[in-house]
Amino acid sequence: MSTQSSRLAARVMVAPSVVLLFIWMAVPLAMTLYYSFRLYRLLSPDRTGWVGFTNYLWFFNSPDFWLALWNTLALVGGVLVITVVLGILIALLIDQPVKGQGMLRILVIAPFFVMPPVAASIWENLFMHPQNGLFAAIARGFGAQPILFLEEYPLLSVIGIVSWEWLPFAALILLTSLQSLSSEQLEAAEMDGASALSRLRYIILPHMTRAITVVILIQTIFLLGIFGEIFTTTQGGPGSASTTLPYMIFKQAIAAKDIGRAAAGGIIAVILANIVAYFLMRGIGRHLDA
Amino acid sequence: MARATSPRRKTLTTIAAWSVALIIFFPVLWMILTSFKTEASAVASPPELLGADWTLENYADVWSRSDYPRFFWNSVVISLGSTLLGLAIAIPAAWAMAFVPGRRTKDLLMWMLSTKMMPAVAVMIPLYLLFLQLGLIDTRIGLVLALMLMNLPIIVWMLYTYFKEIPGEILEAARMDGAGLIKEILYVLTPIALPGIASTLLLNVILAWNEAFWTIVLTTTKAAPLSAFIASFSAPQGLFYAKLSAASTMAIAPILILGWFSQKQLVRGLTFGAVK
Amino acid sequence: MNISLRALLGATVSFTLAGAALAETTITVATVNNGDMIRMQGLMDDFNAKHPDITVEWVTLEENVLRQNVTTDIATGGGQYDVLTIGTYEVPIWGKQGWLTSLNDLPAEWDADDLLPAIRGGLTVDGNLYAAPFYGESSMVMYRKDLMEAAGLTMPDAPTWADIEKAAAAMTNRDAEINGICLRGKAGWGENMAFLTAMSNSFGARWFDETWTPQFDKPEWKATLDFYLNLMNQYGPPGASNNGFNENLTLFNQGKCGMWIDATVAASFVTGKDSTVADKVGFALAPDNGLGKRGNWLWAWSLAIPSSSDAQDAAKTFVNWATSKDYLALVAEKEGWANVPPGTRTSLYENPEYQKVPFAKMTLDSINSADPNAPTVQPVPYVGVQFVAIPEFQGLGTSVGEIFSAALAGQKTADEALAEAQTLVADEMKAAGYIQ
Repeated sequence: MSTQSSRLAARVMVAPSVVLLFIWMAVPLAMTLYYSFRLYRLLSPDRTGWVGFTNYLWFFNSPDFWLALWNTLALVGGVLVITVVLGILIALLIDQPVKGQGMLRILVIAPFFVMPPVAASIWENLFMHPQNGLFAAIARGFGAQPILFLEEYPLLSVIGIVSWEWLPFAALILLTSLQSLSSEQLEAAEMDGASALSRLRYIILPHMTRAITVVILIQTIFLLGIFGEIFTTTQGGPGSASTTLPYMIFKQAIAAKDIGRAAAGGIIAVILANIVAYFLMRGIGRHLDA
Repeated sequence: MARATSPRRKTLTTIAAWSVALIIFFPVLWMILTSFKTEASAVASPPELLGADWTLENYADVWSRSDYPRFFWNSVVISLGSTLLGLAIAIPAAWAMAFVPGRRTKDLLMWMLSTKMMPAVAVMIPLYLLFLQLGLIDTRIGLVLALMLMNLPIIVWMLYTYFKEIPGEILEAARMDGAGLIKEILYVLTPIALPGIASTLLLNVILAWNEAFWTIVLTTTKAAPLSAFIASFSAPQGLFYAKLSAASTMAIAPILILGWFSQKQLVRGLTFGAVK
Repeated sequence: MNISLRALLGATVSFTLAGAALAETTITVATVNNGDMIRMQGLMDDFNAKHPDITVEWVTLEENVLRQNVTTDIATGGGQYDVLTIGTYEVPIWGKQGWLTSLNDLPAEWDADDLLPAIRGGLTVDGNLYAAPFYGESSMVMYRKDLMEAAGLTMPDAPTWADIEKAAAAMTNRDAEINGICLRGKAGWGENMAFLTAMSNSFGARWFDETWTPQFDKPEWKATLDFYLNLMNQYGPPGASNNGFNENLTLFNQGKCGMWIDATVAASFVTGKDSTVADKVGFALAPDNGLGKRGNWLWAWSLAIPSSSDAQDAAKTFVNWATSKDYLALVAEKEGWANVPPGTRTSLYENPEYQKVPFAKMTLDSINSADPNAPTVQPVPYVGVQFVAIPEFQGLGTSVGEIFSAALAGQKTADEALAEAQTLVADEMKAAGYIQ
């Protein structure tokens, strides 16, 4: 049905989105690239100039850089694993004929509506706080020492908080996918004597592959840039134990006011994102015949 | 996937499902409860529940200390405005990609998504300077534009996957009737795609509402939304758990209520083409 | 006739409207969400009655967000704000850059000579006063009189660090969840580094020598950090590396700290209505080590006007009102003397009414004992007690703060932390051109 004229019309219709997004991407990217080779400190405006790769070298020579890189990947990977696995389990559970399914969905979806700074501050203050948090109160109730979440397990704590925020998103997409699975197929397998586990392994999971792919793709895009939750809770610490690449850039931009370095960090982050995207598309892209 | 199950199994799964749901929901519930306690009761150890000191004082305090209606209204305008503008631009694009796909459609989609990968902090100063030059700092229109562009890839993708599931025959039939292209989109496609558009709209309103970086960096007073409202309550002198909880509850309540009432529409379209 | 009358009327109306619009000036005030600043917003009726032609718009933000927003605005010439709330760290740097308007021409009744000399000195660059202090603070020891008594100890008015350690050991009772001492551990140039830098002065340490060479490899810093870590590990609260001012205030108010060394403004909070120990708090000067310097800092939240503001006159009118003697009297009348913004004016401390406030004298003595121009025992090339007033310090302080915070969390030894800090600061000072 794609005639010559409809092709042209299609181009015209796609154009605004493409042009706008191109400007939105290209202009800041070009400016960032420019600044990444400049000495530009907000508070010392009289010292400027070209500095070559100095800003990039600062990152590579920083003792925190490789840790931050690892933390970034661990954060993305950790949250993905937790949300996908728990998301599948929750989807399977809610898909069962249970009483009050509508209300259940309402409860499960709630974290998705919570602003990230609010989510982080709830967890930090009301739950993980070593003296006033609910977890500490529970630990004391059992006569145990409260766990120092943000001091001893900072990255895991952040992963936990972010997972909580994204779990509803994953669970709902997976649930929608599960609900589109025909029940005849499952019943037939059940008649044949397939165990619950093998039904999951050979029928349900393959059916959900596309949904899982979508969850991974969308979440990765959002998770690669996360720093607000870290800023609110651990501030990247103690030391740099929970510093990620975006947080490292944030510190250069906000604390040190070194725009040149922050820009170089931004370019490095874009390269990292592209590498991740490349492997992502190679690994799971075939499930996504978008 | 409704199958006949024994009553016993149904009871068991019901208990399990409700336990899981309550655990997930609990932090929000706890925050709301804390917002109604006095400060002393909020940090009491062991935690107080039935015997707690209940009060509405925190809400009165938060209300009197800041211009909540203005922050609220800015949030509404910005999240709804950016979403509607995004839809107006994305619907034609998604339509074209779905019904007149080219060889590069998939690459184009992926490229659009990749524009979201630039970390916000890295482009903060460049973008701030740009907005300054354009006179868009602390204007609603500036934030509408920024958030629209930020979410545009998601909008295009959601709509695209939704449009693709619409059988082409319906459009063919419309074309036979001699409907023009614009009319085709307006009168044939849009009604069929309405649930998908509604779902896209909801998701993007939520994403825009919860955005808490650019909304703070690019505003001062006139256009500041609820994320800036929260930033004025976090960590004042002393951690006022109850007041912070009250302010937080006020910031998320509108979107929580909207989300709950419309969750059926939201979930229906939240597939991103994940359902064949 | 009819038509021309209407035209005339129309012209008159639009003329008066234009006149009203001309007279009406709106100024945007960026401020931090501290109790004293929030209180001022509640007292705006007074300002509005005196100056009906000026409308004040508030931007109230959490300290870190505020600093980020106003710094971006002023450094890029954004011109979004007409009055900024900034501290003694920013004022000398921004003043030198020409980003702030001189306030030397405030009216005589504002009385600049009434300002406390230490505070005024910190806000003046080359004879120009670049910001009007709204409240000033130092740091001091706040302690629980009841716990000290139970332990059979008394707190001297001017304790040494050895006194503090002894008291902390005596008051610690882990079973009752009472920590002998609560100190800042959260990383940040304005959090743990404000405390540690001020503390290091009393140990004779300094950030830089006269050639801008960092001094973290010197024994004075080692003594400071060792003492701090030992004190906190033995008598401090769990998870202290995440505790800043707010966290410690909450702990103290809940009765979980025997002592707390922090900002003098905290005095009105720990004796206020949210405190469970309000009637049991005593105050003492920040500790020393007999070297002639005490471990207290000096800070003043101040109102400044950016040169980029296009409402200079209205902004000055507002600054004049908010930092005047009349404002202090207004707060006293409406909210009581204990809630008056402290630490800026000599006349306030001469007022017999104010002298009745329990922490007034200790606050004044603390402020007077800090000298931003000679903060420590040995000479230094910089200004600032708990900071170094150079643009690079925010970044440096935050990075060093992280290293020391990690040491408190037990991830590093004191020696490792100091070596790391020394390398990091030396590299940055080279990159910034201070060291050739």
